[in-house]
Amino acid sequence: MTDTRFTRRSVLKGGAALAGAAALESAHLLSFAQAWAATSPWKPEKGAKLQLLRWKRFVQSEEDGFMALVAAFTKATGVPVTVLNESLDDVQPKASVAANTGQGPDLFWGLYSLPHLFPTKCIDVTDVANHLGKKYGGWVPSAVVYGKSGNKWIDIPVGYNGNVINYRQSMIEKAGFKEIPKDTAGFMELMKALKDKSVPGGFALGRASGDGNAWVHWCLWAFGGNLVDKKDKVIINSPETAKALEYAKELSTHFVPGTAAWNDSFNNKAFLSGELSLTNNGVSIYAAAKAGAAKGEAKMKEITDDMNHSLWPIGPVGKPTEFHICYPMLAMKYTKYPKACKAFLDFTMEAENYNPWLIAAVAYITHPLNAYDDNPVWTSDPKLTIVRDCAKRTLTAGGLGSVGEKAASALADFVILDMFATVCTGRATVKEAIAVAERQARRIYR
Amino acid sequence: MNLSWTELSTNRNWLGFWFMLPAAAFLIAFLVYPLGLGIWLSFTDARIGTPGKFIGLENYEWIVGDSKFQTAVFFTLFYTVVASAFKFAVGLYLALLLNENMPFKAIVRAIILIPFIVPTVLSAIAFWWIFDPQFSIISWSLRHLGWIDTNINFLGDPWNARWSVIFANVWRGVPFIAISLLAGLQTVPPSLYEAATLDGASRWQMFVRITYPLLTPIIAVVMTFSVLFTFTDFQLIKVLTNGGPAGATELMATMSYNTAILGSRIGEGAAVSTAMVPFLLAAIMFSWFGLQRRRWQQGDSDD
Repeated sequence: MTDTRFTRRSVLKGGAALAGAAALESAHLLSFAQAWAATSPWKPEKGAKLQLLRWKRFVQSEEDGFMALVAAFTKATGVPVTVLNESLDDVQPKASVAANTGQGPDLFWGLYSLPHLFPTKCIDVTDVANHLGKKYGGWVPSAVVYGKSGNKWIDIPVGYNGNVINYRQSMIEKAGFKEIPKDTAGFMELMKALKDKSVPGGFALGRASGDGNAWVHWCLWAFGGNLVDKKDKVIINSPETAKALEYAKELSTHFVPGTAAWNDSFNNKAFLSGELSLTNNGVSIYAAAKAGAAKGEAKMKEITDDMNHSLWPIGPVGKPTEFHICYPMLAMKYTKYPKACKAFLDFTMEAENYNPWLIAAVAYITHPLNAYDDNPVWTSDPKLTIVRDCAKRTLTAGGLGSVGEKAASALADFVILDMFATVCTGRATVKEAIAVAERQARRIYR
Repeated sequence: MNLSWTELSTNRNWLGFWFMLPAAAFLIAFLVYPLGLGIWLSFTDARIGTPGKFIGLENYEWIVGDSKFQTAVFFTLFYTVVASAFKFAVGLYLALLLNENMPFKAIVRAIILIPFIVPTVLSAIAFWWIFDPQFSIISWSLRHLGWIDTNINFLGDPWNARWSVIFANVWRGVPFIAISLLAGLQTVPPSLYEAATLDGASRWQMFVRITYPLLTPIIAVVMTFSVLFTFTDFQLIKVLTNGGPAGATELMATMSYNTAILGSRIGEGAAVSTAMVPFLLAAIMFSWFGLQRRRWQQGDSDD
């Protein structure tokens, strides 16, 4: 399977119009790959072959870039790698079942705290992480939190998906604003003005594990609310949480109708149809609009030129409280080829491979290693520059508490998201919603 | 007793036992074992990756007091009862219509089956677009007719969402019931209708006195299946709302999956799914004993 896919791709590449650049690029990649294979401390086992299950791409060029990287790895080491794709929400159950039964793909690439659901089943990759950290200017703080369980690194946080505010410049100008306000009070004004000018924005309040969780956590943290403290003690029942909920309730009155039904893709559709002035998302909407514009669609061209991205406003706590998705890659202990797994993890993060992949991902992916701040993708388009800092700014799943299976459980149960949704849709008062969330959190964090 | 090889291989009782063994092994491996394991897990604090230890009824105590579970039980029952009732009414009506003589009978009957044949996930995605808050075809049409000003919030409002998923389920489930009942209708001997016509019975009397009583056994079986399918529905909800808005359309099945697999609390998720068993048993008992024990079955002529 790997082989056919590889040849098909390389044939396609070779035949494509941009053959020149692509061939040069892959030739460069290949020569590096061979040099790397000769010096790498992780020599794959004889006859090793790997299976990797990853989240299904949102940006086609990102996947193409990744497959080129995989192909280079195979050429250099002789290790075939089969890449399986699963939609974002399905990676975790598959990985969990694999960890439980002790068989399945060797490598899993999922989101947030996936490896921390079963830390004892993950290969210790401390050596790889230390090697990379030393070579590439150190890991950003959140990457250390996501990567380490105790003193050991159990995964490599390969990248982040920055979740930022997507907006239409013309529409916020119509509402009397030049840019997205920097504080929560100003942001409320903006949302109100947008609604008054009948170009409302909106954030997902349905069970959208990506966008929904991103904005409600931002809101909770911006007002100083937290699910648990540093010792994983439940502290959700606080005046700060109540303030966050009241803010969200008021904010949601300015939303476009129907956001309580939104999953992760609804806002993309609505934004691209021109019916939404502001929402939160990765930069994939921009990528889609650009792709449409390249095909000559006038509407997409208009959206591409008009839209922009912004980081999140800062709340009363006075510091960024953003929640970006982390994509950690882990190797399972049951694999027969642990060295090949480590070799692959290292190979992925080496500059010669990682830089082209970052470029291919057109800012959909943010790097966890400081040295990649210089990647040209961050200066190629001013509308993408802000995404560079997402990994440095993000807080981690679980907030102040541990990034473990408890935090993952709370996210999977939508404890925070449902608390916000019940208040915003008027199904529960602030007090009732907090009480429900508190009870659930106590159970999860017992 | 002398259990010789000849005894074991020639005695009819032993032979019967041997012949049943494969089927029994099959049932034990694929039904008894998973069910037993599920029940056992519901008494443990198992998580993914850890086997867990026995904690008695703790999981059950927790879910009984959990407002999300209570909502899920309520909606599961509501969903099952309402959707099954609609499916029965519409299905029976369709079956009666299809039983009439009409042109292209075979083709029409085949077409009726389409909603049942389309994979659930596909029909769920189709409904997803129909109920979309921004792009719903229904909202669009009504808006262009000038009947409404704003889009209908199909899946964002708790009760709208509930009725929407019930509608989708009914749409999907009707063909199964209609076709099964149609098969039942065709077993009713025409001579009974002829005799009734001669006696001057009205169409309604014929339906109440002949069709319905003779159809009861089929209705019992079909409705049992329908109730079971509806009660354990999963895909439709998972795709359409994922239990939202804020848990209003959560079913016990989706809750069990979310808790056990996504939330990795296997013990608790197993408790949720085990809690479905008594309801299912009750439904089976009801249709078996309630619907089937009719006096006509015992040979009484009078109903």
